[in-house]
Amino acid sequence: MLGIIGGRIYDPQNGRDGEIGDIWVRDGRVVTAQEIDRERAQIIDATGMVIMPGGVDIHSHIVGAKVNSGRKLRPEDHRGHERARVGNLRSGVEGTVPTTHVTGYLYSEMGYTTVMEAATAPLVARHTHEELEDMPNLDKGVFITMGNNHFIMECIRDQQYERARDYVAWLLGASKGYAIKIVNPGGVENWKWGRNVGELDDEVIGYEGVTPRQIVQTLARINDDLGLPHVPHIHGINLGKSTSARTTVETIAALEGRRAHFCHLQFLSYGAGKGGVHRSEAAQVAEAVNAHPNVTVDIGQVIFGSTTTMTSDGPLQFSLHQTTGNKWVNDDVESESGGGIVPIAYKAANPINATMWLAGLELFLLIDDPWRVFLTTDHPNGGPFTRYPQVIRLLMDRGYREEMFAGINARARKGALLPELEREYSLRDIAIITRAGPARVLGLRNKGHLGVGAAADIAVYRDLADREAMFARPAYVFKGGELVARDGKVVAELPGRTLYVAPAYDKSIEAEVDEYFKRAYTLSLASYSVLGESVRGAERVECGARS
Amino acid sequence: MSTIVEPVTCSFCGCVCDDLSAEVDNSRIVRVRGACSSGLGMFTGYDPAPRKPTVDGQEVTWEEAVAEAAAILKGAHSPLIYGLSSTASEAQRKAVELADRIGAVIDSTSSVCHGPSGLAMQAVGEPTCTLGEIRDRADLIVFWGCNPDASHLRHFARFSLTPKGALTTNGRQDRTVYVVDVRPTGTTKRADHFLQVDVGSDFEVLTTLRLLVRGKEPDVESVGGIPVADLAELAQRLKSCRFGVAFMGMGLTMTAARQLNVAELFTLVSELNQYTRFSVMPMRGHGNVAGADQVLSWTTGYPFAVSFARGYPQFSPGEFSAVDMLVRQATDAALIIASDPGAHFPRAAAQYLSEIPTIVLDHAESVTASHAQVVFPTAVYGVDASGTAYRMDNIPIPLHKVIETERVTDEDVLQRIIEAVQ
Repeated sequence: MLGIIGGRIYDPQNGRDGEIGDIWVRDGRVVTAQEIDRERAQIIDATGMVIMPGGVDIHSHIVGAKVNSGRKLRPEDHRGHERARVGNLRSGVEGTVPTTHVTGYLYSEMGYTTVMEAATAPLVARHTHEELEDMPNLDKGVFITMGNNHFIMECIRDQQYERARDYVAWLLGASKGYAIKIVNPGGVENWKWGRNVGELDDEVIGYEGVTPRQIVQTLARINDDLGLPHVPHIHGINLGKSTSARTTVETIAALEGRRAHFCHLQFLSYGAGKGGVHRSEAAQVAEAVNAHPNVTVDIGQVIFGSTTTMTSDGPLQFSLHQTTGNKWVNDDVESESGGGIVPIAYKAANPINATMWLAGLELFLLIDDPWRVFLTTDHPNGGPFTRYPQVIRLLMDRGYREEMFAGINARARKGALLPELEREYSLRDIAIITRAGPARVLGLRNKGHLGVGAAADIAVYRDLADREAMFARPAYVFKGGELVARDGKVVAELPGRTLYVAPAYDKSIEAEVDEYFKRAYTLSLASYSVLGESVRGAERVECGARS
Repeated sequence: MSTIVEPVTCSFCGCVCDDLSAEVDNSRIVRVRGACSSGLGMFTGYDPAPRKPTVDGQEVTWEEAVAEAAAILKGAHSPLIYGLSSTASEAQRKAVELADRIGAVIDSTSSVCHGPSGLAMQAVGEPTCTLGEIRDRADLIVFWGCNPDASHLRHFARFSLTPKGALTTNGRQDRTVYVVDVRPTGTTKRADHFLQVDVGSDFEVLTTLRLLVRGKEPDVESVGGIPVADLAELAQRLKSCRFGVAFMGMGLTMTAARQLNVAELFTLVSELNQYTRFSVMPMRGHGNVAGADQVLSWTTGYPFAVSFARGYPQFSPGEFSAVDMLVRQATDAALIIASDPGAHFPRAAAQYLSEIPTIVLDHAESVTASHAQVVFPTAVYGVDASGTAYRMDNIPIPLHKVIETERVTDEDVLQRIIEAVQ
């Protein structure tokens, strides 16, 4: 039993906006004061401190084949960022692609308790789950890439909607995934021919009549029909290109009112500028988001410094390699996906990088409803998640924003919207964009809030004027009521859970998949599926029709 | 009475074939359908009789053996953990945990095999793909310094030469096959073109190909024993194929220039993607050596040759690789998992290994085990234990328990040692 008393509670889900109060915990859950024997409870005096639910990261690349290739690729990123073994905690490396245990520790040290792995090809989901078992202190879920899946594209071509729906349901269970992920729909498949898509109505090579638009529409409909806890999680076409803002707005419209989440929107909010340097079209994209309440977004804010880009967007990664000349990993995945990795350095003095930085902040400040915009860096693509506290300060502190703005490339500064945007986020806003909002759109009913019955995932911060310092080193972090970090240092290792869905489907799809596997894959269905297998800490989340 | 067990997965080599079935009679595997001759021996040659662990050649209880192993490791200043490539990833994870706890150096057989491919990847990247992409799309196959005809017996039939795929509907006819090697092999007999390169000249040939791909003409008649005209023809094919793949082996990694050879090939393949789509794939040898790279990378950030001596992972091939640790006599106790360095390492390394306290986890009575203080006769993953192996294209594949025995797994033994050293 635990009581955190006398702190200012920010729990937007339950309408608490900084009033002083107590949080009581028993058996890993938030309970009422009446359910606690105060004599036996551990009491934390949070006087003068800020209490929030544990952070919820809706989009981060933390485990799996691509992330691990990124680790192997970058010894230069690890050196100087080693983390020594302390007691029974593991050693490892930090940097932009931290080792698995250390990733769990670093999130704990920042007050986060739930993180979603943003993209796994189902073919290598078994690897992802092995790594997740080695990632303590976090509850996790895995988004399964489906935007270039051959079976789904065949169904779309042959106008067999129900077959596609049953396959998606089967696939989520077979990979123990949490959500449908779409990455550059059709473009990753076309990359296998050395091409890409540029428009929503471009055709996918080899799939007559199948287009990015149809892939998005079909998967959005399936998501609703299956009643998945999350919405389809979309990385659209043209990421990084000067046509991206236009096609992002078109993709939002193409949903025709269906719910969807657009990830790392910053990377998809550019227009053509002078001399081949993109301009920020944050205003145009934010307007579309504001006008479509069916849409949520996360930003993928760029942090100045070195990082490692890694996406399932194969053609994007090749073009990054061509642009930067940096080393390049590509990995085409049979019948379903692809991906690549390129190290990069974002520099304030570079006009393109500075514009990316601006676009992210402008989106944060121009999207009106904090319940629909969430804090991410698309770790590690925009920068490592360990820099979230800096982004929080940029959002809460206009003076700091102006100071950084003055230091960026002059061409990027010229005509920029940012200086006109006076908005400063409040602590309530921060609690929404880092906790309550992502938990709500992920369908995690017991997370992102501190009402009775909620998971006792709790972060307690000292109320410092320097918001970066405040959010970098929480005084206390509890996972399921257990203290896991104190004063910004991890103190305990607890096994985390892996949340997954297994929606119902018409069983006749299994025989079809069995036949399909024989022609489409070089391994057996039994090797592919992890459905019937035990994954340590796996916990099924129920699906239900959406209201 | 015999029973048929399926599915069965073979983890003998990096193909990790998962389409086998076994006939089991009286707790012995008598036949395996679908297995190649290399893989077959792993199953039918396995004696499942219970064996006890030994300390100094005397049979002891498991508890006594664990206590002795823990005492050796705790008493060592610089323990070495080596092997890993023929065990499951579940055991590899335990091995790293143990190394972290006791401040050991940990290394896999990668360091004497495709370690240089890892270094090349770290230097220039690696455009690759899964084996199904190759089966379905590749119309140009290059085998460079490798001989799958002897090392990966089902590779041709399942992935690279004869199977019919989505775009390779006519199988072998739809593929043009080149081999570059220093001598004719079984693989060269299956190729359309064999370019015989002088020993030690791969780097020059690869550089010349990069020139030719860029449209430049070297002013010599031949390079590395190969007429430039033949290389020009190959360069043209490399650029104009639909989807090409270069499989490479120890002919590049373990000859002069090592990782520089490999980096030159990886760079060539990267550059070819400006013209068409091209991938490269190291022909990983042992069944789960790719898994050892994976597990070490997610737990330490580095694929092999890692030291925990300072309390955190440090990577230094040539320093923390097992052969170098032994030749320099920089270790004073060794834990060997599913590998036989005593039989395969250079003489000075094997000699020193036989002189220091050694613990062996292996199903086989290896040369290393014959010199070891503590021997744990463990189960074989995929035969009498279940686990996970990573295929050469890094796809994880489950290994199934085919027969029930009383053998303990590597994972169990390592867990007990972890508990005993605390």
